[in-house]
Amino acid sequence: MSFGIRVRVWGDYALFSRPEMKVERCSYDIITPSAARGLLEAVYWHPGLRWVIDRVYVMKPIQFTSVRRNEVKSKALGSSALQVMNGADKLLYISSKNEIVQRAAILLKDVEYVIEAHFDMTDQVSGSDNPGKFKDIITRRIRKGECYHTPYFGCREFPANFELFEEDVVCTEYAGEEKDLGYMLYDFDYSDPENIQPMFFRAVLKDGILDVRDCEVVR
Amino acid sequence: MAEVIKNRYEFVVLFDVENGNPNGDPDAGNLPRIDPESGYGIVTDVCLKRKIRNYVETVKEDEKGYKIYIKEDVPLNRSDNTAYEYLQTNDKDVKELKKKDPDVDRKIRDFMCRNFFDIRTFGAVMTTFVKAALNCGQVRGPVQLGFARSIDPIVSQEVTITRVAITTEKDAENKSTEMGRKNIVPYGLYRVEGYISANLARKVTGFSEDDLELLWEAIINMFEIDHSAARGKMAVRELIVFKHSKELGDCPAYRLFDAVEVRKNEDVLYPRQYKDYSVIIHEDQIPSTVEVSRKI
Repeated sequence: MSFGIRVRVWGDYALFSRPEMKVERCSYDIITPSAARGLLEAVYWHPGLRWVIDRVYVMKPIQFTSVRRNEVKSKALGSSALQVMNGADKLLYISSKNEIVQRAAILLKDVEYVIEAHFDMTDQVSGSDNPGKFKDIITRRIRKGECYHTPYFGCREFPANFELFEEDVVCTEYAGEEKDLGYMLYDFDYSDPENIQPMFFRAVLKDGILDVRDCEVVR
Repeated sequence: MAEVIKNRYEFVVLFDVENGNPNGDPDAGNLPRIDPESGYGIVTDVCLKRKIRNYVETVKEDEKGYKIYIKEDVPLNRSDNTAYEYLQTNDKDVKELKKKDPDVDRKIRDFMCRNFFDIRTFGAVMTTFVKAALNCGQVRGPVQLGFARSIDPIVSQEVTITRVAITTEKDAENKSTEMGRKNIVPYGLYRVEGYISANLARKVTGFSEDDLELLWEAIINMFEIDHSAARGKMAVRELIVFKHSKELGDCPAYRLFDAVEVRKNEDVLYPRQYKDYSVIIHEDQIPSTVEVSRKI
């Protein structure tokens, strides 16, 4: 019994940041497996299941555009929050006048993918859970457009639409072509929470399909 | 505190600009943002969030629970901070603290959400002690906005202006006026779409029914307190809210957005006012469980 699903996702913009170009962000050519996983988790996730991305079909030509925005450069300080929480009388805020920085981002435009994924059961699954139940919940949610929060393409300002892909054949944009996309982020290894490690893989787009089943992962 | 929201929402905002620059592009010498291929105007999500923050800050005047974390002004009593520096926990203390109180991350997060409207609404990245594993994490707020885009391609017009006051003494010797430039959009109607997740409100930030009312109020009035020489005449013309009957929602968001059609009236060649457009809500495309309301 297979617990795979196919979801069609599309949107106006996307930004799958390359870690090597993070300050002035630049997107990968296509969605990364970790972003695809995040997208599915926005629709349904449970500690008892783990999403595994199998294939990504690229449905639209890869196009870029750029946007420069004023951003704040600092993060909220946990330490100051703790002090104020404990009664310290100080001002708690980020001044966007002082902490401002302009950053450009190179975005993908008009994207559409079909994500083929399955899930594995984890050891945190409870007695009444079973793969069939999860699969039902997932397909029901996608069919009805229900979600935990709106899924997005890399950043929250680029919302993703989703629907179940129920046709047999997927027509991609790059049929008959082979594109080497170089090394891409596969996902993070969260097994040691003190030391989260990124994992990379060599992405090759064959006929517009990125196959990440049994791909070699480099750390 | 009012109750946490229980329904998913989607919303569409239509706003227009007349002889102003709604959002300058730092990459293009402050020209109005434009999609270079199609000519449609763009206003970024963060630009609109700034307006919402400003409105709440103005209206609530730092009232308890409605503080704004990301402010535009300069901290006046920054020196106060030094007085509290001795309180600063260092790496070692944090580990100690973490041992004593394993819940400290969550407590800090809740504290921040309780006090700051913008963190409760839009979220914030609050991660500092990753090394020591004290990590209040990235708070994702329930409210999510996309980019706003104009209904029709916009044209930006350069207006050259002069002024008689000269900046430096040296310049004043040589000339009596200085030239400047303003870039304006004669008219543009923009549309932005937003999402509110009830799950993130309930499980993370505690975004309440009162906050939601304040958010609608802020969206409706976001340009009313933002007049300036650059903006021209900006106004929110329509706030259409879709209230799902459930926390997870009743139907895909795109179906609701597709049901709102904004089109230029047939006899209009160059739109110059809001009346040149018609807004049609196709009720038949919206499931009966979704409650539609026009807030303006």
